[in-house]
Parts: sequence; C-alpha cells; structure tokens
Amino acid sequence: MEHLIEVKNLHTEFKQSKGILKAVNGVSYYLDPGEIVAFVGESGSGKSVTQYSGVQLIASPPGKITEGEIWFEGQNLLSYGSNSEELRKIRGGKIGIVFQEPMTSLNPVMTIGNQLTESVMLHLHMTKAQARERATELLKKVGIPDPESRLNAYPHQFSGGMRQRIVIAMALSCNPKLLIADEATTALDVTTQAQILDLMQDIVRESNTAMVLVTHNLSIVARYAQRVYVMYAGEIVEHGTTEEIFKNPHHPYTIGLMNAVPGLNDQKDRKLIPITGFVTNLVNRKDECAFMNRCPYATKECASCTTPQLKAVPGEEDHFAACHRTVTKETKVEKVFDVADRTYVAKDYGKMAETDKILKVEDLKVYFPVYKGLMRKKIADVKAVDGITFDIYKGETFGLVGESGCGKSTVARTILRLNNSTGGKITFNGTDITHLDDVKMREHRRNMSMIFQDPYGSLDPRQRAGDIVKEPMKNFKIGLSEEEMDKRVDELFALVGLDPAYRERVPHEFSGGQRQRLVIARAISTNPSFIVCDEAISALDVSIQAQVINLLEELQQKLGLTYLFIAHDLSVVRHISDRVAVMYLGQMVEFADWDSLYSNPLHPYTKSLLEAVPVPDPFTEKTRERQIVQGEVPSPMQRPAGCAFSTRCPHATDRCRTQMPVLKERTDGHKVACHMI
Amino acid sequence: MGKYVFKRLGQSLIVVFIVTVIVFGLMHLLPGDPIQIYLGDTATEEQIAYYTKQFGLDQPLPVQYIRWIGGLFKGEMGRSITYSIDVKELLLRRVASTLSVTFPAFVLALLIGICLGVITSTHRGRTLDSLLTSIANVGIATPAFWIGMILVYIFGLKLKWLPVQGYVPFSESPSDYIKCLVMPVIVLTLGHLSSNTRQTRSSMLEVISQDYIRTARSKGLSEKTVVYKHALRNALIPIVTMMGGAVGALLGGTVVIENLFNIPGVGALMLTAIINKDYMVVQNVTFVIAVAVVICNLLIDILYGYIDPRIRVE
Repeated sequence: MEHLIEVKNLHTEFKQSKGILKAVNGVSYYLDPGEIVAFVGESGSGKSVTQYSGVQLIASPPGKITEGEIWFEGQNLLSYGSNSEELRKIRGGKIGIVFQEPMTSLNPVMTIGNQLTESVMLHLHMTKAQARERATELLKKVGIPDPESRLNAYPHQFSGGMRQRIVIAMALSCNPKLLIADEATTALDVTTQAQILDLMQDIVRESNTAMVLVTHNLSIVARYAQRVYVMYAGEIVEHGTTEEIFKNPHHPYTIGLMNAVPGLNDQKDRKLIPITGFVTNLVNRKDECAFMNRCPYATKECASCTTPQLKAVPGEEDHFAACHRTVTKETKVEKVFDVADRTYVAKDYGKMAETDKILKVEDLKVYFPVYKGLMRKKIADVKAVDGITFDIYKGETFGLVGESGCGKSTVARTILRLNNSTGGKITFNGTDITHLDDVKMREHRRNMSMIFQDPYGSLDPRQRAGDIVKEPMKNFKIGLSEEEMDKRVDELFALVGLDPAYRERVPHEFSGGQRQRLVIARAISTNPSFIVCDEAISALDVSIQAQVINLLEELQQKLGLTYLFIAHDLSVVRHISDRVAVMYLGQMVEFADWDSLYSNPLHPYTKSLLEAVPVPDPFTEKTRERQIVQGEVPSPMQRPAGCAFSTRCPHATDRCRTQMPVLKERTDGHKVACHMI
Repeated sequence: MGKYVFKRLGQSLIVVFIVTVIVFGLMHLLPGDPIQIYLGDTATEEQIAYYTKQFGLDQPLPVQYIRWIGGLFKGEMGRSITYSIDVKELLLRRVASTLSVTFPAFVLALLIGICLGVITSTHRGRTLDSLLTSIANVGIATPAFWIGMILVYIFGLKLKWLPVQGYVPFSESPSDYIKCLVMPVIVLTLGHLSSNTRQTRSSMLEVISQDYIRTARSKGLSEKTVVYKHALRNALIPIVTMMGGAVGALLGGTVVIENLFNIPGVGALMLTAIINKDYMVVQNVTFVIAVAVVICNLLIDILYGYIDPRIRVE
C-alpha cells in the first residue's frame, strides 16, 4: 500500500561560521492515513527540523535540504521550491501544523477571524462570507465558547490554552491529510494539555487524518501514539510500535530516556538514571555512532565502526534500532556513570516536635490591589493567595502543585519576602519574619534562597561563573577572606558537579543543565537551610532533569537542606516530595504525605490533575479510565462564590456553589477542602 | 478611545504651557536689547524709550508674559520689531514655504524608507541588501548641507536644470514653484530616508523571525501576503514611534536647508529673529512649532492604537 507521506533519506544542514551543522542526517519515515506517530527526542535531536524540512519551512539561508525525497500523494515535495505555488497548496492545504508556543504563534495585530479565514479562502476557494461561516464552525469544534462574536477578537484576548485551540482550528481549517503537532502542549498546564491532546486525537480519528506528535514527553507518546520514531543527533535511532518500544527498547538512548523519567506509578525509591554527558557537536560530525560518548553499553567495537544503520530487531516485526550491539533493558552495562542507590525513608511526622519546624505559615493572604480611572482609585483586590496554612519540617521536601495562576509562585515569593503579605504570619526558624524591615530581614535571607525556573534568564550574562557563585557570600559578609571564598567556590563547583576550571566562563558558555547547576551552586553558597525551587527543572530536557533531581536529593542528604518544591509536573513532585499540597485559586484544597495524596486523592481537583497526567507506559494508558476536567482556572478577579473549583467540578452541588468549604483533616494528616467528602 | 484622547490633550496642554514659559524666560535672559539692535548705534535715548514703550517692553516680565498668552487666546501674536508687521501675517507667509519643503520630504522619506526597508530585510544578506544598507549608512553619516551643495553645483551651476536658490510662491508661477523646491525636498528627504530605511529593516527582520510569521508561512500564504499583510503591520509599530521624533527633527532640519537654498521659511525667520532678539517672533514661532509637534504626537498615539489592538485596550 502506498503511504500517505514517505520521507526517504532526508538531509538538512545549517551553514554556521564553524562549519556545517547536520541537523537532519539521513532520516526516513512514513505515515499512513489516520495514524498517530510520535517523534521523540531531546532538544537538538532534530525532530522539529525534520518536520519543518518536510514542508520546507526552515529558514534558508542558513538552512538547506541537501538530499532526500519526500513523497506525498504521488508528488516529490522536494522537487518544488519552498515558495512555489505547488508546495504552498500542500503546506496549509494538505498539511497543517500546530506549533509549540501558543502565546506567540498568532499574529497579534490581526483578528483571529481574519487569520482563520485567509487560509480557508486561499485553499478552499471560498468567499469571505463562506469562510467566516467555516471559521465559526471550526472554533466551535475546538471548543471556543461563543465563536461567532469571538471571530472579531484579537489573540491577546485569549488564554494560552484557548490560543492553542485557535491554532489547531487554523491547522485543521482546510481539512488536511496530515497534521503536525510540534510540542503543541509543552507550554500548557497538565489539564489543558490533556484537553488539547484529546481534542486533536478525536478530530484526527473522526476525519482519518494522520498526525505527527513531536514531543520530548514519553508519557504523551505512551498515551496517544501508535508508532514511535526515537531521534538522537539528527538521526532516527529506533523505530517501532509504541508497545514494542516501551516493552522492549533496543537502543541505549531509548533505554536511557525511560530510565530518566519518573512516572506516577513508580516505586518511591526508584533512582532516576540520567543520561550523562552532552550531545555530540553536530557541526562537522564524524561518521560514527553519535551516542557513543554517553552510551553505557558502548564497547571498543563501537568506536571503530561507522554510523550504525537502522536494522530490524530479531524476532519482532516492524521494530528497528540503530545500534552496533543488540542491547535490551537487561543487558549488562559496560560503563557505569552513576551508581549510588536511592533509598527512601518515610519521615515519622508524629514524632516531630514544634522545634523541628523550619517554616510556619499561618493564614497567609496576599492581595494585589486593582486600580482604575484617572484618580487611580482602588476598585478591587486580586486575591492571589487567600488564607493558606502549612508547616515545613527541617530536612523535608514540601511539594506544591497546581495549575498556572493558582498562586504557587506568589506563596514562594511571599515566604522569601520578595513581596509583602496582606495578612497572616510567616515564622522562619522561630522568628516572625512577616513584618521585619529590610535590615533585619537580611540576617534571615542568607538562610533562605531560591532556584529559579529559567537557567537562561536567571544568570547575569556578563558575570563570570565564579563571581556568580561568590556574590551571595560577599553580599552577606559571611566572614570569609577572599582566598577562603575562592576555595569555597571551587568546593561548590565540585559539589554540584561542575569543573572548577570553568569558573572564568560566562553563562552562555554553559549548557542548560550546567547553568542550572550553577544556579544551584549560587543558591547554596551561603549555606542556607531552606531553598525554594520554583519550577526548577521544568525548562530542562528529561535526561538533564534527572541529573538535577538527583543532585538536589544528594545535596539534601549531605547538607540537610529543606526544599519547598514548586512544580506543575506531578510525577516529578511525587518522586521528590515527602508531603504535597495542592493549590487552587489561591487556596489549599488538599494536603497529605505523598503516598496518601497520590494513592488516595480525595479532592476532585487533585483527582482530575492526576487523571490528566499521562504515564510513560502504553499498557497502563490503554486500560486507564480517566475523565479530563473541562475549562480553565477562572481569573482570581472573578472567583466563584462558593468552592473555587465548583465551576469545573463534576460533583458540584448547590451547596458547593454558595458555601466555601474549609480545609479539614480526614485521616491521619490528610486534609481536604470539599463538601462532598 | 475618546477618554484616552481627552487625557492626552490635557497632557499636551501642559507641555505647551511649559514650552511657552521656557522660551519666554530664555529670550529675556539673553543679553542685548532688541530695540537697540533694531535702531542701531545712532539711536537716541528718547527714541529707544519711545519704542520700548510702543512694544510694551517697559512692563514687568510677568505682565509681558500674560499679555502674550492673553493675545494668543484672542488669536493675536503681536508685532515684529525687525519686520514692523504683525507676527501672525509674517508667520502665515513663512509657514506656506516651509510646509512646501517639509511635508513632501516627510511623506517621501517615510514611503521610500519603508519600501527600501522591506526590500533590504527580505533580501537579507544578499547583494541588494548590502548595497542599499551601505548607501543608507553613508546617508546617515553625510551632513545634509553637504549633499545640498553638491546638488547645487551639479544641477544648478553645471547643468543649469534647476535654480540655484530662491523660492517662488505657487500663486505666482506653479512651474517655478516646483523647480525651486526639487533640490531642497531631495536634500531633506535623503537625510531622513536613511534612518527610516534602517529602522524599517531592523524592525522587519525582528518581526520576520517571530513565531507568527512561521505560522503564516505554514498556512501556505504567498511570500507577498506574509511580508505585507502579516509582517509589515507589526513592523510599523516602532516606525510610527520614530515618526513622532522625526516631525521635530524635520522642522529643525529646515533651518539649515532654508538658509542653504535661501527659502524665506519659518526656519530662516527664526534664525534672524533670534539674532535680532525679536521677542514676539521667536516666542510665537516656538509656540506654533510646539503645538504642531504636540498635535503630531497625539495623532501618532491614536494611529498606534489603530495599528496595535493591544495598545487600544490599555
């Protein structure tokens, strides 16, 4: 049978000052109608460039497709120029694309109606009126309420999730045969992610459209894809059905990826095994296995061979791996990068005394005033945090989860006194710090620090690495001489796994993972006892994510650190935390130790969050029953009268809509705020 | 929108008020007496006293200031000491010739600048881009009066196609009017053209690398639609900002051009008035220019909201 699209031996190169970067190096793949196929790999693996090359959407110069054939409906797309009429008919007409960043992928100065109708008019030859009708239909299909009037709205009037729905509507507007979703849900919350992916899956099934899912998230692959292409360094290293790949991965990289990702059903003491080292430089790459330098299974033979080609895995149909050896999960590793076993000892909170509490937060409220009019009159408060109480014990990791906009970061910033509270009390190490002035607060600041989300934005690009780590020590005058501080910088570098020789480098000379290590070194330089990790690992690739999680845990054991760990990735929070609190619209809705929370979630919101998270196992995913919560977090300006979750809760009653539930202890230490329990 | 314009108008009034105070203060702080300058060294004490009283310059400064502002409300601008005529009449005559140079120059510099900017940005890194960008850089570095002198030498003196200098009102001879204006307009255009081109180019390049341009391309739109419908409108936002400053710079630039080509415009008038300390002329010309700049900026702010819907909301 002829495939819908068949790509043969595709090569895409980017000209750089140092040489030629082979971004896509001999990639072949196919898709059949109605299939959902995933392309998995970390950043820089060439998975997106491969897809963009297919529709010739790469910037040229410097990019160039040097070799290959792309057969789509009997035509070789590479025989057309990138702006030729023939290709443009296919791009947008037959192949639709959904991009990663919904906040920036719509034109800010055009109404969404105009953006939707222009491709419909172009490809389906409709009149303006017909096109508007079709646009209304499309918006309705992707779940935009009140589509008719929303056609005249501009992108900034929609939330991120809604914008992504609009981009999907645009990609589907001309009934494409192939839909490419390039990390389409990476920037979204778990609940929105599940809504969007389910929506795409339904539409694709209904219309027998093929879909490419480009993602770094193995759990998404497990839930949605039928076949998988694993990419590394511009090549496909493994290919097979989702079940085969997950059950029996044969390429060391695929095995490595699976070992690095935490799942919701893991054993608590499972150790994440990161893939150490870096992706080989693809500029002027040599003809050898690109994964060799990071491969725990590499032997001497590997070094003497050329680039391995995909070959069929013996005994399995349609399963190919590009490795000189035949490895499986059970194969003995040749090189061991990281040995220490991880043990998890559950803390006995019953035995903890009041003095073991490092942080006490009582009824914390943070309101931001809203001003309006010529006289800047205060008209309302945005209740970002509305009465939160919790304690953190020394040496524990306290997880805080919730969708974006629920107030997690505001809690963290208020505890560190980076913004002021409206009410409540914060006690740190036995001192009430709620209203300390800046001078007195400084004494406490050296004991608390923060690790930020974006390792690219949180380092001064002109400061040298050594100075970045040294600065807090100087700032807090911790009583070390210049030489002692230099010595400590070296120690800290070694502690976080950076070569002290790198201290003269500036941030852009480091990779993302190294930068996050630098941020961690800076955070622990004054020997703080309490660290806030605000989405500290969400900007990192999975293999590096594992490294940083392991590092944080190691440091906790060595230095007795306490973490407030804020993240939207529920699997990571489960992996690292002792106790977890769930927030919704500025309030705590559920709170328990990790085990009770994940095995027995009580609040409907917690349940829906957990149901929305896919697990990296296709067999579990197939049988799992889930109900995706609908809608989005309402604006704190228009918070529902009763229970904040009542507008989205499937069990909401009249009582929920009028009366606010209070957080009550149900079983030992497990608190929940819901009328229904 | 109406509320916004109203608020902006209020702010503009304050700006104009401050300008009048500053120009009034500065003029009277300068050493030298305009009557003395006007009458020359041979004037007697009585003559000076007589004229000082005639022009109201014997009054205390606050009174003089209030009289001036009061006159403005009635549409009167007082008399010029040097020219011995009504400032309003003088100004009206001069404004026509200045606008004849600045307005075409402003429009031409904007239109051609945007076109060249789009061309260079879409041909980025190719020969055409390098060529035009280099020319634009030379244009920015070269003083306008120098280009003016070269043009006068070639087209005025050697080829004798155009008059070397001067100005003929449109009502007297439309053909001479145009001939006289060709070179001044070209010189003034060139200076602003270069910066417009460069601004458009960098603004376009930034927009073209945005995600939404990739989205537009992914829809299969033609390159022309992508560039003109999707990119240009976004790229115009910083250019419009720059236009506000350009209005002021153009009016300043005319002083040089008008002197070079001997055009009796506002710039030239201002120059002689400052030398002669002709209070009423300097004050009123500054006032008119301030009002013009303020109005232009107000228009630009409104235009802003029209181009970018995100600004409209705020």
